[in-house]
Amino acid sequence: MKPLVPVSTGARIMLGAGFFAVFIGAWAAATYSGWVPPLFLADPGKTLIAGWSLLTEFGFAGDIAVTIARVLSGFLIAAVLAVPLGLMMGAFKPVEAFFEPFISFARYLPASAFIPLLILWAGVGEAQKLSVIFIGTFFQIVIMVAVTAGATRMDLVEAAYTLGARSRGIVRRVIIPSSGPQVMETLRLVLGWAWTYVIVAELIGATSGIGHMIMDSQRLLDTGQMIFGIVVIGVIGLVTDFLFKALNRALFPWAVL
Amino acid sequence: MSRKTLQISGVTRSFPSRGAAGPMLALQPTDLTVAPGEFVAILGPSGCCKSTLLRIVAGLDQPTAGQVTLDGAPVTGPGPDRGMVFQSYTLFPWLTVAQNIRFGLAERGLPEAEQQAIAARFIARTGLKGFENHWPRQLSGGMQQRCALARALANDPEILLLDEPFGALDHQTRELMQELLLEIWEDGDDSGSAEGRKTVLFVTHDIDESIFLANRVIVMSARPGRIKADVPVPLPYPRDWTMKTTPEFAALKALLMGEIREEVRKAALS
Repeated sequence: MKPLVPVSTGARIMLGAGFFAVFIGAWAAATYSGWVPPLFLADPGKTLIAGWSLLTEFGFAGDIAVTIARVLSGFLIAAVLAVPLGLMMGAFKPVEAFFEPFISFARYLPASAFIPLLILWAGVGEAQKLSVIFIGTFFQIVIMVAVTAGATRMDLVEAAYTLGARSRGIVRRVIIPSSGPQVMETLRLVLGWAWTYVIVAELIGATSGIGHMIMDSQRLLDTGQMIFGIVVIGVIGLVTDFLFKALNRALFPWAVL
Repeated sequence: MSRKTLQISGVTRSFPSRGAAGPMLALQPTDLTVAPGEFVAILGPSGCCKSTLLRIVAGLDQPTAGQVTLDGAPVTGPGPDRGMVFQSYTLFPWLTVAQNIRFGLAERGLPEAEQQAIAARFIARTGLKGFENHWPRQLSGGMQQRCALARALANDPEILLLDEPFGALDHQTRELMQELLLEIWEDGDDSGSAEGRKTVLFVTHDIDESIFLANRVIVMSARPGRIKADVPVPLPYPRDWTMKTTPEFAALKALLMGEIREEVRKAALS
């Protein structure tokens, strides 16, 4: 191995899959050997069987759909409000000076700590779940987008000025397009966090969703079902990540090689 | 067509400094009048504030004192009447070559067909045919600067401000770019007459470049900058590369080298 020398696509896929194999192998070794008792950790086979019965007998697909819908709607509401605000903050320093201190404070408030309050305010319905995701993601997106927009290359802004652009043109035709790829990167990252918040919200006072299923399985000490639920979240995360990257490549052909 | 006179009167620039010494003077009071159609090179050692002077004319920087006027109207900020090409590559990476060239035209709200016609003309003029739909990152440095030049010219500015536009290019490419710029400028509004030529302010630290292109070379002193000499270049246009080997060229070069050597020494040792 030499520092920073790239690997071929084939080798990259092999290596990436290789660690999954190592991980599952270690899991199998620890459980089938009896080193870890099944009460604490189900073996890979039992986990798959538990997953199959969840999907076929207990309507787990419905839970998955409910959770995905919650994540996406909460995240979209946050993004639709946060991205424009972040862009305005990045572009106009007085706007940034007005909002930035509060948002920097608010983004450290742990979303999960709001759950008891939100149950009080919004009950245990969908509004509460979406609120948790909103609180957990909105402030983060605002700050990161503001930083991105504020870091717009000054020489491009100046070039636009000498071509006759005014404030409106600078924002619309320089700051927004130049921030595009980094804003999408931010959304990709924060969507990952939204998954954490939805599960936390579903662990408390929910009647459906992946988090609710995991909570139910704990009462039955069914570690197989719990692990299957967690793995499903990981797989969904992997898929959305992949889709986001593909979307970025399609939206910003100028930015990638 | 450039028919406006550029007047720089008593323009001074100082920058706030951290020490107790007070603001640091970067540009001493400077006066310069540039007649319509003149090609003026501003020559000086690095750090002498020749770029600052150009940026003040562009409206991108504000003078501490003094003012810049264009036919008597004071310059208060950047505008499309003063097109600029920067040393760094400033094409918008998210726009294709053609879209970059149309940027200023779109900002003015010109009809689509007119934008396309103007862009096509400057794409042809700068030898970018076949690259209309390329992204800037797919172009070489020389091509990017050709596109930046086309983008500035497409806006039909009164004055063209060039801030070491070929400074980042290799020597051979730079010479080709100088010839291309000269050809475009000599053609002017395609009548080929001196009346149709644009006013150009060209900042450089390259003596050969300044003589080859300009009909007037302003030599700036080391920091704090001031105009040290105003040297006319009486060589006739159209010029081509063979001019660089003439005795007249060599004599001018010797003169300017004498002027600038001392300043470069001061700048390097300060």
